[in-house]
Amino acid sequence: MFASSALVGRLALLGLLAVVLQVSAVSQLTIFDTNADVVPLVVAFVGLLSGSVTAAIFGFAAGLFIDTALVGTLGVSSLVYVAIGHGAGRLRELRDPQSSFVPLAVGAAASAGAAFGFALIQFLLGAEAAISFELIRQLVVATLVSTLLALPVYAGVRRALLPALPDDPRRRRRRAYTTGGLSPLSRR
Amino acid sequence: MHDKTIRRRRLVLLGLIVGSLLLLTASFGGSAGGLGAIQRGVSTVLSPIQEGASRALKPVRDGVGSVGDTFDAKRENKQLRTDLAEARRVKVDGNALQQENAELRRMLDMNERAQIQDMGLVPARVIGRSPNVINQVIKINQGSADGVKPGQPVVTGRGLVGTVDVVGLNFAVVKLLTDADFGAGAKVSEGGITGVVVPSAGAPRELRMEYTEATDDVRKNNTLVTSGTSDPKFPSPFPPDLPIGQVSEVEDPGSDTQVIRVRPFVDVRDLNFVEVITKLDPSRS
Repeated sequence: MFASSALVGRLALLGLLAVVLQVSAVSQLTIFDTNADVVPLVVAFVGLLSGSVTAAIFGFAAGLFIDTALVGTLGVSSLVYVAIGHGAGRLRELRDPQSSFVPLAVGAAASAGAAFGFALIQFLLGAEAAISFELIRQLVVATLVSTLLALPVYAGVRRALLPALPDDPRRRRRRAYTTGGLSPLSRR
Repeated sequence: MHDKTIRRRRLVLLGLIVGSLLLLTASFGGSAGGLGAIQRGVSTVLSPIQEGASRALKPVRDGVGSVGDTFDAKRENKQLRTDLAEARRVKVDGNALQQENAELRRMLDMNERAQIQDMGLVPARVIGRSPNVINQVIKINQGSADGVKPGQPVVTGRGLVGTVDVVGLNFAVVKLLTDADFGAGAKVSEGGITGVVVPSAGAPRELRMEYTEATDDVRKNNTLVTSGTSDPKFPSPFPPDLPIGQVSEVEDPGSDTQVIRVRPFVDVRDLNFVEVITKLDPSRS
């Protein structure tokens, strides 16, 4: 259930890189009056690849790091990212979807969850903003812009984590039938 | 074994949620206190890394930004064509007064700039930005070591950007004028009508002027500037006459429910360098 030390090291590096990249570069890139957010994508894809508990802990740490880097209210990002990481991880554990569209769909859901989750928490904390059409429009556009990055971010996270991930049971099963002459078919 | 795994997973999730809520409760309402000190300390260590990353990634930002600029250029082109037609009309009319007015305004702007120059301007580079739509902040590379303090106004050559919110040794977090919690006393430079400028959530290119009266005659293209301190009991953090924006639309003018929409002079989505006003002369504010 808990990650190996190699995986923990890679996750720490991935989290650091994602937050620094987000705060220093991606947030300053404006597309259609808004900007992409890669951190929820990374958290969700960690969930897809390594499970709910690992992703929830990763999301908590990434959120803490981003709130610290921007000296914001601690816990806001952590709360949102824990939900995203856990949700994506449970999807893998319960359904284990294999379609190539899954990263795109999970990326869209994570981006929407982050955009609307942050807005909801800010409102609950007393942000003096009116819920307007412009606000909803910008949250939707922010979700779409982030979703555009889902596939490259997924490829990056997968490449970073795959060497440290435990073997997929399905892959192990496939190997058992094709190697070493153990299969009844190979005895003929 | 399976039950144990589920129990452990639920326990971890519960712990993380409770941890987040505890952190949120402890740090809500400001960055003072022990937790804030730790946060500022960590952020002080991180700032050089962010600054390095921000500088290193500038070419990438510029490259990607140029794609967005193409769309903006189209919109700007349309606007410029309209402006050109308007300018031609003015030229044909030979309205000498308008030109004289423009001349005087340019001179006035120069005077205003000269006054700001006496206020201990600290130039700073933008090294980070919040991805959040509602909580709009930037992080700059100057802090308490350079005389930056919370509450000080931040400007660019175009006008007001926001106020310093949190300060560390080598960094400061600036709350932008489009942040949901921002507000500034403002006046219409043509006529002196006063009100409060607040952000329009979800619209980074728009502000709203509130607390005006039905009898206040505010018109499209009027210029909004900071009002400065009007009552010494409640000193304003802003010096007077800092440009804020231009009135883009007045909905239901002359009514109690009139909504004054303002287009800020500063494009908060495109900030690389800003200046912090560190010496606010009370006799002038």
